[in-house]
Amino acid sequence: MILEVKNVSKSFRGLRAVKDASFELSDGEINGLIGPNGAGKTTIFNMIAGVYAPDTGSIVFEGKRIDGLRPDQVCNAGIGRTFQIVKPFAGLSVLDNVMVGAFLKERTASAARAQSVSILKKLNLEAKTNLPASSLTLPDRKRLEVARALATRPRLLLLDEVMAGLRPTETDQMVQVFRDINRAEGLTILLIEHVMRAVMALARHIGVLHHGEVIARGTPEEIVRHKAVLDCYLGEETEL
Amino acid sequence: MSRALVLLAVLAVLLAALPAVAGPYALSVATLILYFAYTGQAWNVMMGFAGQLSLGHSLYVGVGAYVAGGIFFHWGIGPWAGVWLAILACVVFGLVIGFLAFRFGISGVYFALLTIAFAEFTRIGFDHLGWTGGPGGMFLKVAQRDTWDVLNFRGPPLMYYYAMLFLAIAAFIGCFLLLKSKAGYYWQAIRENEEAAQALGINTFRWKMLAVVISSAMTAVAGVFFAFYYNNLFPEQIFHISRSIEIILGPIIGGVGTLFGPILGAAVLTLLSDGITELLAAFGWEIPGIKQVFYGVVLLAVVMFLPHGIWPALARKLRL
Amino acid sequence: MSADLVANVVIAGVLTGLVYGLMALGLSVIFGVVRVVNFAHGEMMTIAMYATTILFAALKLDPFLAAVPVAAAFFVFGYGLQKALINPFITRPEHSQFMLLVAVAIIMVNGLLMAFGPDARNVQVDYQLESFEIGKLLIDKARLYAAGAAVLTATALFAFFRFTLTGKAIRACADNYLGAKVVGLDVKHLYALTFGLGAICVAVAGCAMVVLVDVTPGLGPYYTLLAFVIVIVGGLGSMGGALLGGVLIGVSEALAGLFIVPSAKSMFSFGLLILVLLLRPQGLLGRKA
Repeated sequence: MILEVKNVSKSFRGLRAVKDASFELSDGEINGLIGPNGAGKTTIFNMIAGVYAPDTGSIVFEGKRIDGLRPDQVCNAGIGRTFQIVKPFAGLSVLDNVMVGAFLKERTASAARAQSVSILKKLNLEAKTNLPASSLTLPDRKRLEVARALATRPRLLLLDEVMAGLRPTETDQMVQVFRDINRAEGLTILLIEHVMRAVMALARHIGVLHHGEVIARGTPEEIVRHKAVLDCYLGEETEL
Repeated sequence: MSRALVLLAVLAVLLAALPAVAGPYALSVATLILYFAYTGQAWNVMMGFAGQLSLGHSLYVGVGAYVAGGIFFHWGIGPWAGVWLAILACVVFGLVIGFLAFRFGISGVYFALLTIAFAEFTRIGFDHLGWTGGPGGMFLKVAQRDTWDVLNFRGPPLMYYYAMLFLAIAAFIGCFLLLKSKAGYYWQAIRENEEAAQALGINTFRWKMLAVVISSAMTAVAGVFFAFYYNNLFPEQIFHISRSIEIILGPIIGGVGTLFGPILGAAVLTLLSDGITELLAAFGWEIPGIKQVFYGVVLLAVVMFLPHGIWPALARKLRL
Repeated sequence: MSADLVANVVIAGVLTGLVYGLMALGLSVIFGVVRVVNFAHGEMMTIAMYATTILFAALKLDPFLAAVPVAAAFFVFGYGLQKALINPFITRPEHSQFMLLVAVAIIMVNGLLMAFGPDARNVQVDYQLESFEIGKLLIDKARLYAAGAAVLTATALFAFFRFTLTGKAIRACADNYLGAKVVGLDVKHLYALTFGLGAICVAVAGCAMVVLVDVTPGLGPYYTLLAFVIVIVGGLGSMGGALLGGVLIGVSEALAGLFIVPSAKSMFSFGLLILVLLLRPQGLLGRKA
C-alpha cells in the first residue's frame, strides 16, 4: 500500500466536510475518487497534499506519516498534484513552467531543461515549448499542469478534476497519456473526477464519497451496480 | 540573451573609458547613475525576482552607511572590514522584516507599509543615537583626494567612479547568474503563483527570505560606499522615504524584474533631470523641488503608458 | 507631573486625534471602497492647509469658514483624479496603482515646495491663544473647534453612507465590484464620487489642522504615513475605527511627547503599526478580510 488514509475527519467551522474516511491505494494503480459536489473529495485531496491537516486520523505515504506536513514537504516526500482551477505561471514560458517542477530533483539548469523537454513531449506540448503559458488554451493548460507536477518525479500523482471542461476527444487523449505513464513508470495515480468516461476507463479501484463519508469502494463494475452509489450519485442510467 | 551580454560588454568598455573624456562634473553624474543602477538592481532582487514591494530600502543604505562609517569614525577601522559588519547588520534587519512579514502573511500594500514603518522607526531612532552623532550628523574626515588609498577607500573621484562601476557590473552579472539558476526559477514561480510553487516542493518562506537577505546585503554595500563617498551622514536624509523612492525609480522606469531596467532607468532619470535643471539654471531659474517634480512626472508617464518600464519596449525594438 | 497636566495633555491629544481621525476617515473610505492606496493622502491634506493659509492671507477668511470652498474644490479635484487617472488602473497590478499615486504625491509635495518654499506658514486667528476653563482643565478653543469640525464632517459622512441611496450604492461597490456592476451601478462614477468624498474629509481636516500646526511641504509624507497607521490600527473599512484610531494616535503622541522625548513621538506610531500588522491585521474595529 503506497498510501493509507486512516479514519480521517475534517470540519470547517462546525461543518463536517469529511467524516471518518478510510481507503488505501496499491502501488502502481490508478484509483478514482468520485461523488456528488460537496462530498468532500477536494478536502481529502487537500489533506493528502498538505494544504490542511486532518482534525483526526492519519495519512501514511510509503510507510511514513504525512498528515500535517506543508504542501512543499508533501511534494518532497513524493506526491505531486494538480489544481482544479489551473494555476500556471502565466508570465513564464511553457518550458520554464515545467522546469520549475524539474528543479526539485535536478541539480543544474541544463538537466532540468532536458527533463522538462522530455516530459513536454510525453504530453504533446512540444510545439508550445517557448510560448508564454498565458497563451495556452484550457486543455493545454491542464496538460501543462500535469507536466509540471510530473517534473517533480512523484511516486503518487493527485489529479483534481483534470478532465473538467475538456471535449470527449480531448478527454480520451488525456486518458491515454495517463495510461501510458502509469504503464511505463508505474506511477500511482489518484483522480477526483466527475467525468465518468475517464474514471471508468482508467481506474482499477474507485472510492465513492457522499456527505464526507466513504459509502462504497470497489472496481468500476462493482461501483456502477452499488445501490447506495446509484441512489446518491450515478442514477439508473449509467453506462460503462 | 547572448546579445544582451554583448551589449553589456560594450557598455562596460565604454563606461570604463569614460573618465578619459569626461570632466569632473560629468564623472560625478556618472558615479551617481551607477550608484542608482546598483541600488536599483539590489532592490530588484526583492521586487522583480521575489515579488515583494519594499518601500523602505533606505533602511539598509542608512544602516550600512552608519555601521561602516561609525566604526571608522570611532575606531579608525577601514571599510574593507566595516563592510562585513554593515552587511551583517543589514541582513539582520532584513531577516527580522522578512520573518515578520512572511510568517504573518503580510504582503502587497501591507508589506510595503511595514517596510516604510521600519525605515521611519529607524530614522527617528538614529536621530536620538548619540554614538552616531544624532540629528547633527556624523562626519568622516575627508582625507587627501590626490592619491588612491584603497585600503581606507579614500581618493580622487575617479577611484569612487571605478568602484561604483565595478559594483554595478558585479551586481548585473550576479543577478544574471541568479536568474538563470534554480533560485531565479523558484523566485519567479513564487512571484507568479505562490500556491502552485508550494505544490512543486518549493519552501516559499525560505526562498523569500533568501531574496530579502541578498537584497539587503547588496544594499548594505551601497550604504558603505555612500558613507565614504559623501563623508557626512544625517538620519533625516539617509533614512528618509525620498531615498527609498529614489532607489525604486530606476527599476520601475527601466523595468522591474529585468536586468537592464535599473541601469536604463537610472541613466534616463539622472541624465534627463540633470539636463533639465541645467537648462533652467541657464535661464536663471533655480527652483528647489523642480528636479523632484520632474521625477514625479516621468514616473507618472511611465506608470501610465509603459507599465513594464522602458527596457522591455526598447529590447523588442532592438530585437534582443 | 500633576494629574491636571496629564489630563490636559490627554484632552489635547483626543481633540487633535479627532482631526487625525477625519483625515484617516477619508483614506479609509477611499481605500475601503476603491481599494486604491492613496499614497498622496497626506500631500492632499498639506495642499488644503496651504490653501487655507492663502485664503486667510488674502481674504482674512477664518479657516473653518474656508473649509467650505476648499472642500468643494477638493471634491471636484478628487472626483476628477479618480475618473481621469485612477479608474483605468483598477485592473492593473497592485504595485502599479501604488506607484501612480506615489508619482502624484511626489509632484504634489515638490510642487508645493516650488510654489511656497520650505519655510513654515500658518494662520493667526485670535482664538488660537484662548482656552476654555472647566475646573482645573484647560481646553484650547482652537483645538475644540477643530475637533468639532472633524466630528461634524464625520457624522455627515456617516449619515450619507447610512441613509442615502447613493451611500448604499457605494457600500455595495465596496463589498462586491462585479456584483455592483451586474446590478447596473455605474461603478466608475461611484468610485469617483467616493474619492471626492474622501477628498472632502482631507480638506476639512487640513483646514482644521492648520489652526493647530504650521505647514511645510514636508508634512505631506508624514501625514500619509500617519493616515495609514490610523486606518490600519483602527481597522480598514470601519469609519468608527478611523476616528478611534485617530484619537488613539493623538493621545499616544501627546503622552509620548510628555513622557519621552517629543521628537520620538512618531516612533511610537510606527511601532504600533508594526504590532498591529503582525498581531491583528484587521485592526481594532475592522472586519477580518
